[in-house]
Amino acid sequence: MARQLIIGAGLLAALIIFPLLSPWSTVILTVALCEGLAALGILVLLRAGQVSFGHGLYFAFSAYVVAFMAAARFGHEVLILVPVATAASGLLAALVGLFVVRYRAIFFGMLNLAISMVFFSLLEKLFSITGGADGKRVPRPTLAGISLERAEFELWIFYITLGLAVLAALGVARYLLSPGGKALEAIKSNETRLEYLGVSSRKVLFGAYVLSGLLAGLGGAVIALVSGHVTPELAYWVRSGEFVFIAILGGVGGVVGPFLGALMFQIIRGYAAVYAPETWHAVLGVMLLVIIFFAPNGLYGLMTGRKPAGTGQ
Amino acid sequence: MSALILEARDLELRFGGVQAANGASLKVHANERIAIIGPNGAGKTTFINLCTGYLKPQAGRVFFGGSDITALSPRAITRLGVGRSFQIPQLFLENTVIENLLLALSARERTWSPFLRLDRHPKTEEMWALLDIVGLKDAGRRVVRELPEGMRKLIDIAVALALEPKLIFMDEPTSGVSSHEKFQVMDTLTRALDARATTAIFVEHDMDVVARYASRVAVWAGGRIAHEGTPDEILNHPEVRETVIGVGV
Ligand SMILES: Nc1ncnc2c1ncn2[C@@H]1O[C@H](COP(=O)(O)OP(=O)(O)OP(=O)(O)O)[C@@H](O)[C@H]1O
Ligand SMILES: [Mg+2]
Repeated sequence: MARQLIIGAGLLAALIIFPLLSPWSTVILTVALCEGLAALGILVLLRAGQVSFGHGLYFAFSAYVVAFMAAARFGHEVLILVPVATAASGLLAALVGLFVVRYRAIFFGMLNLAISMVFFSLLEKLFSITGGADGKRVPRPTLAGISLERAEFELWIFYITLGLAVLAALGVARYLLSPGGKALEAIKSNETRLEYLGVSSRKVLFGAYVLSGLLAGLGGAVIALVSGHVTPELAYWVRSGEFVFIAILGGVGGVVGPFLGALMFQIIRGYAAVYAPETWHAVLGVMLLVIIFFAPNGLYGLMTGRKPAGTGQ
Repeated sequence: MSALILEARDLELRFGGVQAANGASLKVHANERIAIIGPNGAGKTTFINLCTGYLKPQAGRVFFGGSDITALSPRAITRLGVGRSFQIPQLFLENTVIENLLLALSARERTWSPFLRLDRHPKTEEMWALLDIVGLKDAGRRVVRELPEGMRKLIDIAVALALEPKLIFMDEPTSGVSSHEKFQVMDTLTRALDARATTAIFVEHDMDVVARYASRVAVWAGGRIAHEGTPDEILNHPEVRETVIGVGV
């Protein structure tokens, strides 16, 4: 716990200073935070031993809610758009959750994938409403009633997102230590015993699922704001897979992990785009293999020196 | 005799070619200590699974406290006040012993606030006291995965007791314990049960344990309770001696 705080504080300090030194990095870092938030949602589900290959759904849904509202000049304000879009994602997660929490393992993963792909197709095919594959533009909204220039807006959004990410990480860390968080882990370790304690594992997983949808939704809402444009790609399975990739890369041992993973992912993507534009997916693949074999607790695990859990099976 | 709390009536269950329960009936009264004995593979565990909702009988009914619980889930039955330990302990292996108990405590007290830390549960002391009773206090902060089977069996029972059930099923509580420690373990368990006025049904292969701790013995044979009586009556019953005790020990 103490180590987690130190690593978290170090990362936070670096993130606070970096955009001031190199303004070009603001948007990239914001994107990393958004993906980190979605990966944090994946971490929550992984604690129950469940993997979702469809959380692009909540990321994209929230982003499109922002796009529609902003375009409709309805609540054309960051402080309205972000909470509303995040809540909408939470609501969608509750709806989908009612259904998917009945399933485990591969069925859980594939159902999430399937539902996200249905949404992806809708975004692509309902051209007149969603703009199809070209997506929708997101006009820059006001922030606390003030219209900002682009650079200023981006910097503000970055710091707001950073604050929200810190709150989210602390909140999730707290939840994971609570009885409900421990019950969530119990779904992974022994669901039979959990039921024989009189606890509904479905309810426990449902709560975690809604939380993960909210986290992905928050990330998606901010992505829409900083990129100024939304496309169906946000719901594509590759995107969902990236969230899982980021969570594993960063490590699921602590809530800082997904953010470390997201930063690393952006760095790899950035360099690969320059030096290996044709083979960057191969670079990612090799990276993942290295992590799985040599650092199964991810970057976070490397930093804290934690031994792989559950190898005594 | 005191109040009837559980009744299994004519339970039937067939697994393919195996008739695991064949008209099984049992009445359990408050504060009894019923030992179920019988040969390996006879269906004793299946009987517990039927009574606690894990398996559904193809015929017959189970009543607890006067109401029909046959169709209820293990979760619902647990909430009514039926606890259970398992032949193979069912625990949260990656957690510490005390965390296992605290989770049971949270389930019992319905303390699910996300702002409460499990290890700061207001009734944590109660769980340490329970661990003390079953002689596991020193192992409280150990991770369950590291502990031997005999200890896990006790923890499994302690987890069930943490729920403060009215009735507890224990599937071979002393099976992982060396023979010279069996009496000691049963002494502590009996004390814990007495202190809570918990009724107990336990499957047992050791006839010395049965003779000493059971108030009544039920002999499981042919998918049903074939004989019932006091330990004295049953352990000296010629047919039981031959069919169950002769091969079962
Ligand atoms: N889920 C199941 N599916 C198929 N057959 C089963 C199942 N559970 C138990 N059986 C069979 O039912 C019979 C009774 O098994 P059970 O485990 O209840 O016996 P037991 O009396 O508890 O034995 P032991 O003393 O070895 O614990 C066995 O033949 C077993 O193989
Ligand atoms: Mg058995």
